[in-house]
Amino acid sequence: MSSEALIILIYILVLASFLGFELISKVPPTLHTPLMSGSNAISGITIVGALLACNEMGYTTISKWLGMIALILATINVVGGYAVTDRMLKMFKKK
Amino acid sequence: MSILIQVAYLISSILFVLGIKKLGKTKSAREGNVYSAVGMLIAIAATLYTVNILSFVEIFICILIGGAIGLYVSKKVEMTKIPEMVALFNGFGGLASFAVALSDYFFKTQAVNTYPDSVNSISIIVSVLIGGVTFTGSMIAFLKLDGKVSGSPITFKGQHLLNLILLIAFGVAGTLTFMNPGDPTFMIALIVISLLLGILTVIPIGGADMPVVISLLNSYSGMAACATGFILNNNVLIVAGSLVGASGIILTQIMCKAMNRSLTNVLLGGFGQAVSGPAADGPQIVVKEIGVEETAMLFDSASSVIVVPGYGMAVAQAQHVIRELMEQCEKRNIEFKFAIHPVAGRMPGHMNVLLAEANISYDKLIEMESINDEFPNTDLVLIVGANDVVNPAARNNPQSPIYGMPILNADKARTVIVCKRSMGKGYAGVENELFGYPNCLMLFGDAKQTITKVVSEMKEM
Repeated sequence: MSSEALIILIYILVLASFLGFELISKVPPTLHTPLMSGSNAISGITIVGALLACNEMGYTTISKWLGMIALILATINVVGGYAVTDRMLKMFKKK
Repeated sequence: MSILIQVAYLISSILFVLGIKKLGKTKSAREGNVYSAVGMLIAIAATLYTVNILSFVEIFICILIGGAIGLYVSKKVEMTKIPEMVALFNGFGGLASFAVALSDYFFKTQAVNTYPDSVNSISIIVSVLIGGVTFTGSMIAFLKLDGKVSGSPITFKGQHLLNLILLIAFGVAGTLTFMNPGDPTFMIALIVISLLLGILTVIPIGGADMPVVISLLNSYSGMAACATGFILNNNVLIVAGSLVGASGIILTQIMCKAMNRSLTNVLLGGFGQAVSGPAADGPQIVVKEIGVEETAMLFDSASSVIVVPGYGMAVAQAQHVIRELMEQCEKRNIEFKFAIHPVAGRMPGHMNVLLAEANISYDKLIEMESINDEFPNTDLVLIVGANDVVNPAARNNPQSPIYGMPILNADKARTVIVCKRSMGKGYAGVENELFGYPNCLMLFGDAKQTITKVVSEMKEM
């Protein structure tokens, strides 16, 4: 990777982290549990890496197997994370 | 990579950000979750577009298996078990990043024989470390929460030294991998060390410190995804990973502050073990017991009630019967509120979810800072399964291990009823001096059973 490409990635990392700090410090304590299960789902973004690993990287057996394991796990996180967060948020009602 | 896919990744990143922004308000939170899910769908679709058609069958099967498991867990999990589920999912996230990093490593070194460049090697090593620690650490946290491993801290002599040695060993093996990327021996050493470190760093941490640990591991799972983004030169992984990383860190800070402890202090573990000596010498606390009927009568004659729920409420599954108690009180025009301590339960916001499940309106749940001034004007406080968060020693006993921790001033109410199984100590291993206060009455027994009896007494009144 060229140093230009790396510096852009670091820019993204730093700015996204600051944005994350700003956004999440505004989330009220009531919603902290859904926030955590929701971020479980977002951390399932590794699914993108897993898909790539199953494909072009995956010509050797071990790489392919690892990619497939990652894909199953990341899918559990994505599907389970969003579904359970929705289930929880549905219950938050004001009467 | 084509520009179209980059644009798709940009759109998903925007949706993740908007989703979290909307999650900040109770009204729009559900919509925010949908935004975030759509963002994920776009990222997946864009990635699938680049995938070789030959690998579609495997991909489809994996997604089907993962999706079915995820959906099943999300439908079946009980709300009291959400901390366990989040711990498990943190671990899955860590393991997924770990596996992607290794997949990339083995592909480059074994299949195409092009050594990973230096940025790549470092990213792989970091990803293996964070991913591995997140995975085994989360599994231990899960087992502790689920009671399969004792929730009390497991400590042994030289524990911290061992961790330090392992960390140094990781540094050495990492440097060697960096210098000889083609040799998998060092990579295998890195794998073993990172998995060991995850186990060793979580076992000394006690059950009630789990809110901190889960938040931290949540953050790690995001950072692991981030590191994977550096391996694959992929922006959306970095954006999403950083958002999760930041979220976990903020929650960790909030939890530490609410316990008046530093993160280092929590991570070094062993809290609540060594304090039994001096505390046991203190004056014996004499408590006053109260029965179910008298409790019902006290509720009947009160005009304002605050309930302080704790982890014990979750264990006893008492949230539904507490709603019935609330209905009985509201029928009598008794003001009824809940006081929520930030570390009540086993994860941030745990009590809020349980009470929401019991169909209790969220505007009745008041945060510690807002409600603490109301206790002196409250007739009756019912403490269900909470202990350290209402111990006045945190305010007035500098010798106490929990001294300085912000607490709910429940002791200032006119009457306090503590619903508790037995006279066991709180997690911190300290006597709760509140129990000996003249305005404090103990209602012994299983929270669900005793409160059910109180409610049926009230119905007959």
